[in-house]
Amino acid sequence: MAAATTGSAVTTFPTDTQILITREFDAPRHLVWRAWTTPELVKRWWSGKRGEVTLAEIDLRVGGRWRYVMIANGGFEVGFHGEYREIVPEERIVNTEVFEGMPDGDSEPALITNVFTENGGRTTVTMLTEVSSKEIRDLIVNSGMEAGMQESLDALEQVAISLR
Amino acid sequence: MARAATTTDAFNAVAEPRRRAIIDLLAGGERPVNDLVGLLGLAQPQVSKHLRVLREVGLVDVRDEGRQRLYRLNGRGLKPIHDWVSAYERLWAERFEQLDDVLADLKDNPNELEE
Repeated sequence: MAAATTGSAVTTFPTDTQILITREFDAPRHLVWRAWTTPELVKRWWSGKRGEVTLAEIDLRVGGRWRYVMIANGGFEVGFHGEYREIVPEERIVNTEVFEGMPDGDSEPALITNVFTENGGRTTVTMLTEVSSKEIRDLIVNSGMEAGMQESLDALEQVAISLR
Repeated sequence: MARAATTTDAFNAVAEPRRRAIIDLLAGGERPVNDLVGLLGLAQPQVSKHLRVLREVGLVDVRDEGRQRLYRLNGRGLKPIHDWVSAYERLWAERFEQLDDVLADLKDNPNELEE
């Protein structure tokens, strides 16, 4: 059994409307790609430790749709879906993403660019999430101080994901 | 998944652009309704409707002073959004740990689920 990477993901905020997550995996790129794009494998990791993935649909072609649904441990359903915009096998996937819990999420989906690079048998994945405005981030930075929310301004930027 | 009603929680309440504008204005301090009506360029009933939604989810508080109703922001109401954000980062860390396990299996059994 190969040793699993224990390194954690690094989250940065390149611009006001972007979130960049970088993570290295102890596996060659073609295997990371397969785990990322095969429904049966996505079901084994996408829910983290929070529940069970009940649906993973992947139509991996430009214009094709994807949809993942999990039942969280609390019993409620969490669904995301989107469309593939660009696919370079084993290198790059660009897709939209909509959190199904948000009203009118489909009108302004986030755009996710996943890039896979291999170095010495290890693979780095970068996930760039781009949202449509920094409105929500600014809203909270400007207004949330009295509740002690300044404790994690970096994390607050990610609110945009949930509110697009 | 069924969509939550507008008044269910802070997430839904701030999804509406005019309600975000109201929150922005109240972030600068307490204001009477008429102030908000003037600054937003909306009809008074519309502004009142949005304020009612914000009150129901605990994002604004109201008090009467003389003949005026004064509204102010309740920053604590935004905490669920903050918590969701923190949870987002932890979720991805968990997902990647699970993915490590899947990749370890694939390295041991390279033909698993080969297309």
